[in-house]
Amino acid sequence: MRMKQAYLAGLTMLVASVIATYAAPGGGTISGKVTYEGTPAKPKPIDMSKEPSCAKQHATPVMTETVVTGPNNSLENVVVYVSAGAPDENAPSQPVRFDQKGCQYIPHVLAFQVNQTLEIANDDQTSHNIHPLPKINREWNKSQPPGTPPMTDKYDKPEFIPVKCNIHPWMHGNFAVLKNSHYAVTQGEGSFTLANLPPGKYTITAWHESYGDQTQDVTISGSEAKTVNFVFKAKPY
Amino acid sequence: MGKLFAIILTIIALASAYPIVVHKYVQPVDISTHGHAIDEQLSDTMAEAGFAFLGAQLLLAFFVWKFSNRKDGSKVTHLPGGAKLMVATAFILVGTEVLALGVLGQKAWADVYFTPPKPDALQVQAQAGQFAFYFRYPGADGKFAPLHPDKIDEGNGNYFGLDPANDVDARDDIVTGELAIPINREIHLLMHAKDVGHSFYVRELRIQQDFVPGLDLSLHFTATQPGRYEIVCTQLCGLGHYNMKAYLNVLSQEDFDKWLKEKATEQ
Repeated sequence: MRMKQAYLAGLTMLVASVIATYAAPGGGTISGKVTYEGTPAKPKPIDMSKEPSCAKQHATPVMTETVVTGPNNSLENVVVYVSAGAPDENAPSQPVRFDQKGCQYIPHVLAFQVNQTLEIANDDQTSHNIHPLPKINREWNKSQPPGTPPMTDKYDKPEFIPVKCNIHPWMHGNFAVLKNSHYAVTQGEGSFTLANLPPGKYTITAWHESYGDQTQDVTISGSEAKTVNFVFKAKPY
Repeated sequence: MGKLFAIILTIIALASAYPIVVHKYVQPVDISTHGHAIDEQLSDTMAEAGFAFLGAQLLLAFFVWKFSNRKDGSKVTHLPGGAKLMVATAFILVGTEVLALGVLGQKAWADVYFTPPKPDALQVQAQAGQFAFYFRYPGADGKFAPLHPDKIDEGNGNYFGLDPANDVDARDDIVTGELAIPINREIHLLMHAKDVGHSFYVRELRIQQDFVPGLDLSLHFTATQPGRYEIVCTQLCGLGHYNMKAYLNVLSQEDFDKWLKEKATEQ
């Protein structure tokens, strides 16, 4: 009897959460996969021997992350977002965090919204110098010695911004500053889901730091779930 | 009081010379074929400067001792010729010293800078940039592909600005973060500055040479002892200067070949 009650309670919670996710008023979903065709450039090992405190954190050398691929030709670190059709949104109050750990940027691609607080932390035993290279937003570069609290900043215009460290030339990352909350960054499987989209016509853009961007138009009616896939052309060099 | 000053002066002069005379500060190990000439030159310079220093201090102490506390009221006498003669003598003495060091040292200098490397020397390019050194080996074709500064993409491992998509020669160039070299083989180091002035200093190699933006400078040397040595930048080049270093790895020919092959697969 007790088992049955627990089972029922679990089922109710599951159903409730599915309803909350997919059947919210006007909650359509766009999901899909980002893959590549052709031969992508090989990741190269990074020599960190000049910074022993970082080198010793990695049992095997860290590889370059300009193009990161997964199983079945999936492509990682692609920002998939609604570039047109959705209204601009105010930034959420919770900050996003950009870590410097083992002389690497984590995550390699960080997506967040216009005016959302960006926290940059140095977890290393060495100084870093964070230098984002925007073309539209305000440019700055700041040093962050070890043990200092995270620094914060905001960007007021949407833009894809490369980030480098002025002390460790191999360190490279990207900020994706977006206008609304409908975005995803692909991980190992290359898949993405954009949920809670009210009915309407949307332009979905997939952006990759090396392969550029692609767009597709999708129309959502009711709470339907649509699939959109992106295929990038990979280059060996 | 004057005599006490003479004694203190003598003690200070002898105490300063002592650690040098007994070689208290030993030179780091010398791993190059030309290093002994540099060491001899340094040692000659130290001896010459040391003798001049001790001579001057002890002479000063002697005069202070001899002529202090004079009670007979005799007039102070000068060397004949006055200040002019003193200045001329000092000029000739110092000039001779500098000239002598130059003449003695010219061979050590000429061995590195005025003698071309042997034709079979191994060519390696060294690039200094804020704030790291990178090295390039020509690969199987023996050719260094041209550099395209606009292609530099450090996040993607393209530190030199190679263009392998359009330039076949660039595809086999081997770029590394450490300078590995075979032992007992002459190395012809081609020096390239990516941004500002830097310097290549390996104390065990007895080499310190600036990188100058826009100038293709080169060095040649032969390492005679295996090991891992630090390469540091000794020209203040910016915020991360303190952190600008790399390693020189002197390997046996066999280990070097293996290392180079391994690096070639990583490109």
